[in-house]
Amino acid sequence: MSGAGASAGAGLRADRVSRRADGRLILDGVALAPETGSTVGVLGPNGSGKSTLLRLLAGLLAPSSGVVTLDGTPLAELPRRTVARRLAVVEQQSDTQVELTVEDVVRLGRVPHRRAWTPPSADDERAVRAALEHTGLADRAGRLWHTLSGGERQRVQIARALAQEPRELLLDEPTNHLDIHHQLDLLALVTALPVTTVVALHDLNLAAMYCDRVVVLCAGRVVAAGPAGDVLTAELIAEVYGVRAAVSREGPEGRPHVRFLGTLN
Amino acid sequence: MTAREQELPAAGPGRRAGLALGLAGAVALVASLAVAITIGPADLGVADVWSVVAAHLGFGGSGLTPIRDGIVWQLRLPRTLLAAVCGAGLAVCGAVMQSLLRNPLADPFVLGVSSGASTGAVLVVVLGVGGGALPVSAGAFLGALLSFALVLLLSHTLGGTTDRVVLAGVAAMQLFSALTSFVVMTSADAETTRGVLFWLLGSLGGAGWTDVWLCLAVLAVALVVCLSYARTLDAFAFGQEAAAALGVSVARTRLVLLCVTALLTAALVSSAGAIGFVGLVLPHAARALTGPGHTRLLPVTALAGAVFLVWVDTLARTVLDPQEVPVGVVTSLIGVPAFVAVLYRTRRVR
Repeated sequence: MSGAGASAGAGLRADRVSRRADGRLILDGVALAPETGSTVGVLGPNGSGKSTLLRLLAGLLAPSSGVVTLDGTPLAELPRRTVARRLAVVEQQSDTQVELTVEDVVRLGRVPHRRAWTPPSADDERAVRAALEHTGLADRAGRLWHTLSGGERQRVQIARALAQEPRELLLDEPTNHLDIHHQLDLLALVTALPVTTVVALHDLNLAAMYCDRVVVLCAGRVVAAGPAGDVLTAELIAEVYGVRAAVSREGPEGRPHVRFLGTLN
Repeated sequence: MTAREQELPAAGPGRRAGLALGLAGAVALVASLAVAITIGPADLGVADVWSVVAAHLGFGGSGLTPIRDGIVWQLRLPRTLLAAVCGAGLAVCGAVMQSLLRNPLADPFVLGVSSGASTGAVLVVVLGVGGGALPVSAGAFLGALLSFALVLLLSHTLGGTTDRVVLAGVAAMQLFSALTSFVVMTSADAETTRGVLFWLLGSLGGAGWTDVWLCLAVLAVALVVCLSYARTLDAFAFGQEAAAALGVSVARTRLVLLCVTALLTAALVSSAGAIGFVGLVLPHAARALTGPGHTRLLPVTALAGAVFLVWVDTLARTVLDPQEVPVGVVTSLIGVPAFVAVLYRTRRVR
């Protein structure tokens, strides 16, 4: 944890982070250093530690050992507000009992930028407009949150995250409850953003299509990392998921495509 | 691009509407106070009442007898003002609790503050704790703080999450209600029981200037604190973790707001008893007017609560004249239909 971390510490990095809860090791020495502007997919079966890793990266959980740094400074040493101006989080699913419009939700993204007692600045307004337009929600700004479909809700949360004007975006299985059209739509939107993105995904083919690199977790450890084409092999899928699969190169731009053949027992 | 930006409203839709709403509320409050003090069983004209107030504020003499002067200045005015302060305070506490605990059923008493206050008051009234030197309100205040401390300790021990806070509050409420009932049943005579019951249901009958100033001071401080957390409360809409991801220090925010609202509730309950329903219903009614943003919601809730309780108390002290109805009973009798109406109007059309 000496010189190397400090000199090459640009952006968000996890340095051998572990997380222990109730005496059980959930994450075990995971390192992650996404390249600026790239999209990194975090893969792995249920309970492999994907969500925990994302929450550690967001500073919502503290690592039991190791450190998460933002431009070389440990997250724990930064005020929460400062972190929230740099780094936005979109959760698997979010809901509220408050009657909020789309614009109200997007405006929440300005909370870390605003001071008490002052009205929103021109910057706040610009960021909210830009986020609504970027996500194609400008015409739905007045719609009520609870009238939106699951896909629209996730889109609104991404708009909210954009209004934070982050340089790092963390998404925890954002496509979980969406139909295939909205899954592709959302990931295309996210990967086109000029931010560094870390996204936990269940679907290996989506990861292969949209991620520059993938990290595969199994029982809290990184078992493989690299470009999807190198990582997603039939052997790895058998080892990590216990599933027989055939991997071809039929995806877009020659990316891997996984066809599942059955479970291994 | 610049031309387009200028077309956009400066601060979201209806910033001016929000100001107008606040102004209307303030005017309504002043008007309500001015009219409410002219209403009462004593035969006093509107001009007489206002001349008493003017005289005490240093504008000439009222020319009324000291008794009639006293009815206005020592009875009606402090009582009406305390109604306004209690209404505002309870409503704001309710609004903050509902947002902070993400529970539309939360009210100022959810942390057991009122039950603790009742126990404290009953111990003083029935058992004579303090040997007569301790006023009822002081006993109530100590009881309220004790109960709140217990809830904080309990919720922290149980894990400190939002639902644990609510559960700890419910536990404390049950415990102190049982204690109160036990003391009343075993030790009080019929007359004392009636007095205690009146206090438990909430009454502004004993209001004096000391109560008014004390509660007003606490209310002012609490309002400033809550308003400075207005934006932070907005961030709780999608839960604690979402708030944390938006840069909110969740633990500190919760501790500060719970303590401030508990202190305010304790002060109000000590002076006027546990006036129910205001803190539950008025925030919902105000939200229907302002939308969910707390910068606007909190001031409007305060004004709405103040106006509401001024009129409800006026009703409570006049409707069965000369007998007085506990104001807490009237708030619920009026509040329940109002609550249903608000919920019906804002029901979700799926």
